[in-house]
Amino acid sequence: MAATSAYNSPGFDFSNTYRNQFLADRGVPLPKATSTGTTIVGCLFKDGIVLGADTRATEGPIVADKNCEKIHFISDNIRCCGAGTAADTEFTTALISSNIEMHALTTGRKPRVVTAMTMLKQMLFRYQGNIGAALVLGGVDITGPQLFTIHPHGSTDKLPYVTMGSGSLAAMAIFESQWKPDMEREEALHLVTLAISAGIFNDLGSGSNVDACVITASGTEMLRNFVKPNERVEKERRYVFRRGTTAIKEEKVRRWVVDEEEVTPVGGEEMDTS
Amino acid sequence: MPDGSFSHPQQRQFNPYTENGGTILAIAGKDFSVIAGDTRQSEGYSIQTRYAPKVFRLTDRAVLAVNGFAADGNMFVKKVQQRLEWYRHAHAKDMPLGAIARLIQTMLYGRRFFPYYVYNILGGIEEDGTGAVYSFDPVGSYEREACRAAGAAQSLVQPFLDNQIYFKNQQAPAGQSHPLHLPLSDVLAIVIDSFTSATERHIEVGDGLEIYVVLTKGRPTQDLEGYRGVKELTTRPDGDRVFLIQRELKKD
Repeated sequence: MAATSAYNSPGFDFSNTYRNQFLADRGVPLPKATSTGTTIVGCLFKDGIVLGADTRATEGPIVADKNCEKIHFISDNIRCCGAGTAADTEFTTALISSNIEMHALTTGRKPRVVTAMTMLKQMLFRYQGNIGAALVLGGVDITGPQLFTIHPHGSTDKLPYVTMGSGSLAAMAIFESQWKPDMEREEALHLVTLAISAGIFNDLGSGSNVDACVITASGTEMLRNFVKPNERVEKERRYVFRRGTTAIKEEKVRRWVVDEEEVTPVGGEEMDTS
Repeated sequence: MPDGSFSHPQQRQFNPYTENGGTILAIAGKDFSVIAGDTRQSEGYSIQTRYAPKVFRLTDRAVLAVNGFAADGNMFVKKVQQRLEWYRHAHAKDMPLGAIARLIQTMLYGRRFFPYYVYNILGGIEEDGTGAVYSFDPVGSYEREACRAAGAAQSLVQPFLDNQIYFKNQQAPAGQSHPLHLPLSDVLAIVIDSFTSATERHIEVGDGLEIYVVLTKGRPTQDLEGYRGVKELTTRPDGDRVFLIQRELKKD
């Protein structure tokens, strides 16, 4: 076993990897992180960007959250969809959002999408892929509409339509067959809905509802639960338990009130107030 | 080596099994048996088909549900059906349920060292007219039970069944006891709720639901008539009867 350095470098501490490997060899695997199995997409249209995401979060084959939010806030004019380890996407986007706000304050300018993209890729590259965040970053700035994907190792793409997550192939199939340049807002929103729906219905890691976000020069419109194609049907029975269903095995009553006796001190020396 | 050979022995591995998801369950009543399964077949994060039946009518009194590796499951059902046909030719009658259960055990154990990678649940009517459920492990260990769930969502459904069918962790009202068997309408409601709930929380469960109901000879059928889309699959009159209820499940 390699010895760990006494020097503590800033950032993540990897010293426990040796312990974890040792435990894994003994048949004690690491706990699984909640992963947003996920379909996320972004699409360029005539005067802006439409971002889309499903709302299912999974832990292996179990659905951990049926209606989670995967479109994260970066700034007023920038949003970021996250796929991969849920905690990683949440914390990286929150951190970059904070840094972007600081940046905007110091420069006195509206933040640019490339700035956020560069900060994200530099952070992800620094962590060599150990931060499991796969992102779709979109927004409108002084240079116009911008759309990027950022992979966990820090590589980026700049494309007119992008998809990520386990449902990326299903969603990309829709874009590849139906995307065209200079679409109207409604048309682009419809296409994003179709792409996310393709992920929801054909990829087991994605499911539940469609979230969308339209960003133009005039503002950002967050369309939470834009389409809900998977409402649960009413249950056949009501599961209400009669009072007394849970057996009482033992009953003990204890008095927690402490008896207090008030004692008024009498006499004594008077305080010197001279 | 330059000639393409290796100086050290090389080991190759081929895994002939896959896991195709889905869930099955069966519940026995006093004079009926209900056997159900979803119809989604998947591998990894992909759906192979939204309609691949996992529950099969064997005779007018026996229904078999198979879950696990779909290719093995289909082959196993085919072989059981073949053995039951031979039995019919030899004895001019259908094999009794308990005998089918024992047959399945010997067929599974026959492949002890290259098993059929499937969990079987056999439901139907016993020769004395009572509803029965037999559940098996992949190598043939079996037991008769009142209810059993198997497959991807077994860990979600079985505790629910233990609570609702066996009344586990439920104290009966003073001076009363829990019923030994539930009426058919209650059982069907529990089966449907099991599958809609498993669909909500397990990614491999969904698309469609097939519920087989086997009724003892002469049992009234009015509690089945209320259900939409009931089909009768009985082949011979004046015996036990088989019905099929098909339902849609969520497709995400």
